[in-house]
Amino acid sequence: MKFTLSWLKDHLDTTASVDEITYALTDLGLEVEGVENPLDALRDFTIGKVKTAEKHPDADKLRVCVVETDEGDKQIICGAPNARAGITVVVAKPGMYIPGIDTTIQVGKIRGIESHGMMCSEREMELSEEHDGIIELSSGKVGERFIDWLAEHDPAKVDPVIEIAITPNRQDALGIRGIARDLAARGLGTLKPEKTALVPGTFKSPINVTIDADTRGDDGCYLFMGRMIRGVKNGPSPQWLQDRLRAIGLRPISALVDVTNFFTYDMNRPLHVFDAGKVKGDLRVHKAKAGDSIVALDDKDYALEEGMVVISDESGIESIAGVMGGLHSGCTAETTDVFVEAALWETRQIAATGRRLKINSDARYRNERGIDPAFNAPAMELATQMIIELCGGEPSEVVVAGEVPDWHRAYKLDTDRVQSLVGMEISAKDQIATLESLGFVIDGNMAQVPSWRPDVQGEADLVEEVARIASLTKLKGKPMARTQPGVPRPILTPMQIRERDARRTAAALGYNECVTYSFIDAGSAALFGGGTDVTRLENPISSEMSHMRPDLLPGLLQAAARNQARGFMDLALFEVGPAFHGGEPEEQHVQVSGLLVGHAAPRDPFGSRRAVDLYDAKADAEAVLAAVGAPAKAQIQRNAPGWWHPGRSGQISLGPKNVLAVFGEVHPKVLKALDVKGPAVAFTVFPERVPFPKTRSATRPALVLSGLQAVERDFAFVVDQGVEALTLVNAAAGADKALIESVRVFDEFSGAKAEAQMGAGKKSLAISVRLQPVEKTLTEKEIEAIAATIVEKVGKATGGVLRS
Amino acid sequence: MDDLRQKYLNAVAGAVDEAALEDIRVQAMGKQGEVALKMRELGKMTPEERQVAGPALNRLKDEITSALAAKKSALADAALDERLRHEWLDVTLPGRPRPQGTIHPVSQVTDEVSAIFADMGFAVAEGPQVESDWFNFDALNIPPEHPTRTEMDTFYMHRDPGDGRPPHVLRTHTSPVQIRSMAKHGAPIRVIAPGRVYRADYDQTHTPMFHQIEGLAIDRDLSMANLKWVLEEFFSAFFGTGVRTRFRASHFPFTEPSAEVDIQCSWEGGTVKVGEGDDWLEVLGSGMVHPKVLTAAGVDPNEWQGFAFGMGIDRLAMLKYGIPDLRAFFDSDLRWLRHFGFSALDVPTLHGGVNR
Repeated sequence: MKFTLSWLKDHLDTTASVDEITYALTDLGLEVEGVENPLDALRDFTIGKVKTAEKHPDADKLRVCVVETDEGDKQIICGAPNARAGITVVVAKPGMYIPGIDTTIQVGKIRGIESHGMMCSEREMELSEEHDGIIELSSGKVGERFIDWLAEHDPAKVDPVIEIAITPNRQDALGIRGIARDLAARGLGTLKPEKTALVPGTFKSPINVTIDADTRGDDGCYLFMGRMIRGVKNGPSPQWLQDRLRAIGLRPISALVDVTNFFTYDMNRPLHVFDAGKVKGDLRVHKAKAGDSIVALDDKDYALEEGMVVISDESGIESIAGVMGGLHSGCTAETTDVFVEAALWETRQIAATGRRLKINSDARYRNERGIDPAFNAPAMELATQMIIELCGGEPSEVVVAGEVPDWHRAYKLDTDRVQSLVGMEISAKDQIATLESLGFVIDGNMAQVPSWRPDVQGEADLVEEVARIASLTKLKGKPMARTQPGVPRPILTPMQIRERDARRTAAALGYNECVTYSFIDAGSAALFGGGTDVTRLENPISSEMSHMRPDLLPGLLQAAARNQARGFMDLALFEVGPAFHGGEPEEQHVQVSGLLVGHAAPRDPFGSRRAVDLYDAKADAEAVLAAVGAPAKAQIQRNAPGWWHPGRSGQISLGPKNVLAVFGEVHPKVLKALDVKGPAVAFTVFPERVPFPKTRSATRPALVLSGLQAVERDFAFVVDQGVEALTLVNAAAGADKALIESVRVFDEFSGAKAEAQMGAGKKSLAISVRLQPVEKTLTEKEIEAIAATIVEKVGKATGGVLRS
Repeated sequence: MDDLRQKYLNAVAGAVDEAALEDIRVQAMGKQGEVALKMRELGKMTPEERQVAGPALNRLKDEITSALAAKKSALADAALDERLRHEWLDVTLPGRPRPQGTIHPVSQVTDEVSAIFADMGFAVAEGPQVESDWFNFDALNIPPEHPTRTEMDTFYMHRDPGDGRPPHVLRTHTSPVQIRSMAKHGAPIRVIAPGRVYRADYDQTHTPMFHQIEGLAIDRDLSMANLKWVLEEFFSAFFGTGVRTRFRASHFPFTEPSAEVDIQCSWEGGTVKVGEGDDWLEVLGSGMVHPKVLTAAGVDPNEWQGFAFGMGIDRLAMLKYGIPDLRAFFDSDLRWLRHFGFSALDVPTLHGGVNR
C-alpha cells in the first residue's frame, strides 16, 4: 500500500515529519517498506538566471551561457533549444549527482570551451518525462534552493511517497483514511472530519438491478447500489488527481476510472463504472454456470467456473463481481452515460474466485478482506459528486438491491485483563481514549466495534488495539519465574536423548551429518519401497521433490553422487530424521542412516587404505545401537529389503519381527540408478524400536571379579562355505555356559587356496574360547573335557570338524 | 688384599661385554673365586686377626659387587644407545588416518537452543510433519479461505477421490505442536518445538524445507512483558553477548496481540553483527496465544494465558556462524559439512557455554 504525504494530510491535520510518521507506522503494525522522498535527491539544486546566451563557435546547437548563481557567474554550455538570456533556471554545479542521467557532473570542455555546471530539464531531475528543454521557472530568486521553490509552487513534485505492508487483519488501512486514523490515535495529529455529500437524483435510473435468490447475502452479494449519471464528458482527469495516482504507481486512465481508483485508495472503497450506453436492459447479480466466460478489463479471456458471482445484462456477463469489470461495458473516452456500482460482496467467494482466476486486482484485494458496510451509500454520494465535478452530467436516483448487513457488535473491555496480558501499565482512561480515537463507541464496559473493522471479533482484538497504540516498542521485559525453585529438571524425553546420542555417536565414528530434503523423486522413492500415491505431494515444487521419502538412504546416496561429481570419492555420510511409511500424520518414524562409499582411508604409507565393506557398516550399526541402549545380544537375520545386496546384508533384530537395524552393501542396481560409484555399504537403525528400560536406576550391577587365572584355547574348524560364524560361535558357547566366558572368531580362511587344502566348498573358521574358572583352577583334564564338548557341539551344529 | 682389589677393579673397568663381566664375577666371587678362597682362610686366623681381616674382606666383596653392577648397567646403556642410533623414523610422515565426523549446524543450533530454554523450564515437544489441516490451520484460528492459507505456500498431500477428508498438508510452521502439546498436557505448560517445516518456495533465500523452533508458555498470569524478557535472555545467551530486542505490532491469526521481534545488530563492513550497533533485524513472530487457539486445544482462556513465538533455526545458525546461503544447508557438500560442521563431542551445555 502506497500513499503520499500530501494525500495523508487530506485526512490528517499534522505537523509531524516524515521520519516521525514512518517510525509510528512501523510501531503501529503498519510496517514501512520504503520511503521515496524526492527532496533527498534534489537538495543541492539551486535557482539561477541566464544573463547571456551566445552560439557556440564550433557547434550550431550549443549555446555558451553565462548564468548567475549563488556562487557568482558561471559559464555553462547548454544544448537546450530554449536556453536564452533572461530565463530563470535550475542549476547543478560540478560534483553534483543528476538522478535522471545517473551521472555526477564535472567541469568539462565541450568543443573546446569549458562548462562549469548544467541547467536541468524535468526529466534530468526525475520530476517528469519532460525533456524538450530546460526548466523555465516563472519566479524564483538566484541562489534559492529549488526544492523550496517546488514546495511552494508545485508541492506534488516533492511529495514523499510511503509504502507500507498491510497484515491481513488491517483491511481498513488499505484506505489512506484508515492510516490517518491510526496516526491520529497515536497522537500524531488530528483526524479531519469525514467528507459527506448528498446529490439528489433527478430522474429514475433506466437500469435496474436484481440479485438472484441463490446469490443473496452470505451466498454472494449483500447489497448492490447503482445510479446512472447521464451526459458526462469523460477525458483525462485533472492534474492533481493524475499526480496522486502516478505517485502511488497507478496509471491515470480517464476521469471516470480515476475516480474509482481514487476511492479505492482514499477510503478503501472499490467502485465500478459501467458505460451505460453498452449495458442492455437491467443488471442481474447471479452465479456463473460452467462454460461461461468473459473478457475482462485487462483484455484477458477468463473461463468462469460454476458458482462464481458475476453481473450480467441482457446480452451476457459484464463483470466478475468485486474482482474485475468486463471489457465490453468498460468506460472509454466516448462514454456519455455512466452507471456507477457500489456493492458489498461476501468475502470468501471473492477470494476463491480471484484465486481460481489468478486475478490480483485492487478491487479483489479489498473486497476479499472486507470493506466498510456502512460506507456503501455515502460512497455512492461522494463518487457521484466527484464525477459531476470532473465530468459534468446529471444523476439518476439510486437503485438498490439487497441491504446493509448488520455489522453492529460489542465486546467487553476488561481494562485489568488488558494490562495483565500486555504486561504494561495503561490506565483505564487511556485504554478507553485509544479505542474511541479508533472509532469504537464505549458504553459502560462494552466497546462497540466500528463498521470498518470486520477483523475485530472478540475481546482479544480490543487488547491488541490498545497494545499497539500504546506502543509495543516501549514494552519493558519482566522476568518470568521458574516453574519451581532450584536446579532445573532434565527436559529431554528418552527418545530425544536417543536421537542425540545416535547422532553424536555417528559423528564420532567419522560420519558427516547431512540434512537432506524430506521429499524425493518418485523413481528414487520407488527403489526404497515408496513412491506411491499415499506419499505423493499434490503440488510439488519440482518432479525431483514429489514424494515423501520412505527411507533416508536415497537422499544420502544422491548426496554421495553429488559429492562424487565434485571429485570426493571416499565418503561417510549420515542423517538422523523422519522417514514416511504412509501419508497420515502418525505414519512417520525416525531413522538413523549411515552410508560409506569408496575407501575407508586415503592412500597413505602404511597401507591403511582399503575398500569399505559390510563389516564396517555392521560395526557402525552396532555402535549406534549400543549408544541408543539396545541390548548387546541380538539376532542376525538375512532377508533385508530389496534395496540391499541379497547375499551381503543382514538385519539385527530382537526376535524374528523386531528389526532394530539393517546393514550391508547397497544393491548394485540401486547404486546404478542413483549414479553412485561403489563400493557402497550402509546401515539404518530404527531407534524407536529399541525397547525402553522399564525402570531406570543409576546403580550398576555388582562387579564380580575372579581371582583365578583365565584360560584361552584356540580351535580351527573346517566347515561348509555356507556355515555362518554365529552358528558356530553359539554352538561353542553352549558347550559349558558356566565356564565359557567368551567365544571370538579370529580367523576365516576361504577361497580357492582354502578349498585346495580342505576340499571343494569348504572353509576354515578359527575361534578363541576363553574359560574363566569360578571355584578352582582348571586341571588339564578338565580343559580337555570342555574342548571335546566344544568340538562335539560345533560338529553337531555345523557339521564342522577340527582342522588337522 | 689391596692387590686383589686393584686387580679386579681394573678387570671390571676393562670388561668389553656382559660375558667378560660374568667371567670376572666368577673368578672373583664364584665358589672357587679368589675372594671366596680368602674368606675361607678367615677360619684359620686368630680372633684378633679375624677382627681386622673379616670386615676388610667384606668391604672388598661389596666393592667388587657394586663395580660389577655399575659396569653391567653401563654396558647395557651403551648397547641400547647403539641400537637406538639405528632406530630412526621419518617423523614428518602423516599419522595413521582417523576419520573425522561432523554434526550439522541445524542439529548443533537445535541443541544450543534446547539447552538455553531448558534452563527456563521449557521441555522439547514434537509433532508430525504430515499434518491434518485442522492442526495446521483451523485450530490455529486460520479458517478456510483465510488469506494466510494461500500466503503460506502450503504443500498439500495427495487425497484419493473416495476420501472425503480435506487433504493433509506438510506443516507450514511448527505451531500445530502448540495444539498437540496443550491437548496432551494441558496447562500450565512450557515447551519448545524444533523441527522441519515446508513451504512451496525456492529462490536465493527460500528453500521448500527449512527448520523452525516454536515456543509456548501458558500459565495464570504470563504477559507480553515476560515474553520480551524470555526472548532477550535467550538471544543474549545464544549469541553470547547482550542483545536488545524491539517489538513491533503485527498480526498472526494465532496470537493477539501479535508482535514481530527485531534484534539489535550492526551492518558495519557489510556483515551483520548481532548485539552491536543501532540497526534492527527481524527474526521472529510472537504474541499472546489467541483465546480461540487455547479453546481449540482444550485450555480455558478465562483461566490461562500465555505467549508463543516462532523463529527459524537455519536463520539463527546463519546469523551466529556467518553461513551465507540457506540452500547450502541441504546440499550435503562435503566441503560445506566440514567447514560449518561441529565436533561430535561439542555438546552444548549452559555450564560449558553454547558458543564456539
